[in-house]
Amino acid sequence: MSSLFYLLYGWIKGEIFAIPGRVIALVFFLCLFSLPLVTQQPYYIRILTLTIIFALFAASWDLLCGVTGQLSLGHALFFGVAAYAAAFLNIHLHLSPWLTIPSGGVVAVFVGLFAGVPALRLRGFYLGLVTLSFPLILTGLIFVFPEITGGELGLSGIIRLSSSRITSYYIVLIVFTVCVFIMWKIADAKSKILRTGVVLHSIREDEITARASGINTTRYKLMAFALSGFFAGIAGGLYVHYIRIAGPSTLELFFSFQPILWTIFGGAATIYGAVAGAFILYPLLEIMSLSSLGGDLRFVVLAIVLILTLLFMPEGMTVWILDKIEIKCPRCKLVNVFTRDKCRACRAPLDSTKS
Amino acid sequence: MITDIIVNGLVAGGMYAILAVGFSLIFGVANIINMAHTAFYMVASFLILIGIATFHLPLPASLAASIFLTAVLGMICFKLFFNRVKEHETAVMIISVALAMLFQEILLLTYGGHYRSVPAFSRGYIDLFDTRVSHQQIFAIILSALILIGLWALLSKTKLGNAIRAVAQDRTVANLMGINVSRISMIVMGISAALAGIAGAVVAPIYMVSPLMWMQPLVIILAAIVLGGLGSIGGSVIGALILGYTETIVTFLVPGGGFLRGAVSLAIMVIVLMVRPEGLFGVVFEEERL
Repeated sequence: MSSLFYLLYGWIKGEIFAIPGRVIALVFFLCLFSLPLVTQQPYYIRILTLTIIFALFAASWDLLCGVTGQLSLGHALFFGVAAYAAAFLNIHLHLSPWLTIPSGGVVAVFVGLFAGVPALRLRGFYLGLVTLSFPLILTGLIFVFPEITGGELGLSGIIRLSSSRITSYYIVLIVFTVCVFIMWKIADAKSKILRTGVVLHSIREDEITARASGINTTRYKLMAFALSGFFAGIAGGLYVHYIRIAGPSTLELFFSFQPILWTIFGGAATIYGAVAGAFILYPLLEIMSLSSLGGDLRFVVLAIVLILTLLFMPEGMTVWILDKIEIKCPRCKLVNVFTRDKCRACRAPLDSTKS
Repeated sequence: MITDIIVNGLVAGGMYAILAVGFSLIFGVANIINMAHTAFYMVASFLILIGIATFHLPLPASLAASIFLTAVLGMICFKLFFNRVKEHETAVMIISVALAMLFQEILLLTYGGHYRSVPAFSRGYIDLFDTRVSHQQIFAIILSALILIGLWALLSKTKLGNAIRAVAQDRTVANLMGINVSRISMIVMGISAALAGIAGAVVAPIYMVSPLMWMQPLVIILAAIVLGGLGSIGGSVIGALILGYTETIVTFLVPGGGFLRGAVSLAIMVIVLMVRPEGLFGVVFEEERL
C-alpha cells in the first residue's frame, strides 16, 4: 500500500511538480475549484462562470486553428448554432439541460462537418473567409424569419442550468475541466497514447509532407472540424442555459473574433494559451465596465493591452512566459525549471542562455 | 428602377473596388491581413467632417487633407506596429483588429454613436430615364473609375509600380535585385491607406458617417477579394463590382432585402469558392494544389 503511495507520489513529482507550467496549471485549477469557499458574491461568480464558458470556446478555436492550422474566422457559427439548438429543444420539447447541451454539441458536430467540406479544397485565408461568411449568412436568415427564430430579440424562457449559482458554477467548471483536458490530450504532440496530436500539428506545418507520409489528411481535418465544433457547441449550450437567451448576438462578427483575440494573446497551438487569454482579457473587460471611468474606455484599454502584448510577445503570452521559466534539456529533451543548471534526469549541463 | 439599380450598383461597386484594391495591394506586397483597412476609410470620413465643421475649411481642402492624413496614419501604423511583428502573420492580423477597435472607440468617445452626414459637393441632380441621379453619385462613379485607371497606370507603367509588383512576386529575389523591400512596403501601406481615404471621402456625402461604419464594408471587401482571387488586382475590382451589384439588386428587388444583402453576397462567394477554390482570376501553383 505504501509502495503504491510512493509510486503515485513519484509520478506526481516527476510529471507535475518538476515542470513549472504544470504547477501553474494545477494551482490555477485548485484556485478555481476553491473559489466559492472564499467569495460567493453573485457578480464575481457570474463573471467567472462566463469566463470559463468563453475559455472553453477559445480552446475549441485553438484546437481547430492554432493546432490544425485551418483558419476559421467564423467560430461563432458552432457556438451560435448549438445555442439555438439547445434553446429550441428546451423551449419546444422541454428537455433538461443534461440532454440539450450534448445534443447542441452534436448539432454543432454536423455543422462542423458541413463547414469542413470546403476545408478540403480551401486553405489559409480563403478558408477563413468562407467560415467567416457562414454565421453572417445565418444571421441574415434569422432576421428574415423572426416568427421561428425570435428575430432580433432571440429566444427566451430557457430554464436555468441549476437553481443555485454555486451549483451552476461547479457544473460549468467540471465540464470545462474535462473538455479542456481532453482537448489538451488530443492536441498534445508528445503523447505516447494518442497519435492525433502529432498528426494535427503536422497538418499545420506542412500538409503536403503529411500526405506524403501516408496520413489521410482529409479524415483528420474533418475530425478537427467535428471535434472543435463539438466543444464550441458544448460552450454554446452552457452559455444559453446560463444567460437564458439565445439571440443573434451569438453569431456576430465580434463574437467570432473574440476567441481569436484571446487565443493569439495567450499563445496559439497550446490550448492552455487560449484558456489563459480568455481568463485575462474577459474579466479585464467586465471589471472595467463596472468602474466609473473604465466603462467608456474599456475597449480602448483592451486594444492597447492587445497591441502592446503582441508587439513584445508576438507568439503569445504563455509561450513567452514558459520560455523564460522552462529549459529543455539539450540531451534528453526533458523540461526543467530555469533555476537548475543540470538536467534533473540525465545530469547534462543546461545552458540557460539558449533553450 | 433599372437606372436606379445600375447607378447605385456602380457607386457601391466602385467604392468596394477602391477599398478591395487597397487591401489586396498591402496583402500582396507585405503579406499583411489588414483588418483595420476599412477603419482607415471611416477615419477619413470623420476627418472630412472635422475639417468642415471644426476648422471651417472648404470642402476640396478638407478632402485633400483627410486623404493625406489617412495615408500618413497608415504609414505610422505600419512603422510602429505591423513592421515589428511582420514574421508572425496572426499577430499582425490581431494587431490590426485591435487598431480598428481603437479607432472606433476613440471616435465613439469623441463624437458619439449617432449618424452624421457630410454636405454634398453639389446638390443638383440630372434626370436620366425618369430617375434622379445626383451630381454626387456621378462624381463618385467618375472618381472611382479615374482612381482605378490611375492605379493601373502606376502599377504597370512606372518604376515604382515595377518595384511593387516585383516585391509582391518574390520578396527575397526583389531584395537581391536591390529593391528596398521594407521601404516599398511602407509606400504601399501609404497608398493603401490613401485609397481607403479616397473611398471614404467619395462616399461620405452619400452614405451616413458613424463610428461603426467599418464593419459592413470590411466583410464585403474581404469577400470581393477572395471572389476575384487573392493577389489579383483586376480580380478584386471585378469581385467588388459583382458584389456591389448583388447588394443593390437584393436591396431593391427582394422583400426584406436590407437584412439579406450581406448574406446573399457571402453566399455567392461561398458558391464560387466551392467551384473554383482559387477565386475567379486567382492563380494556383501546381505544387500547391491539393
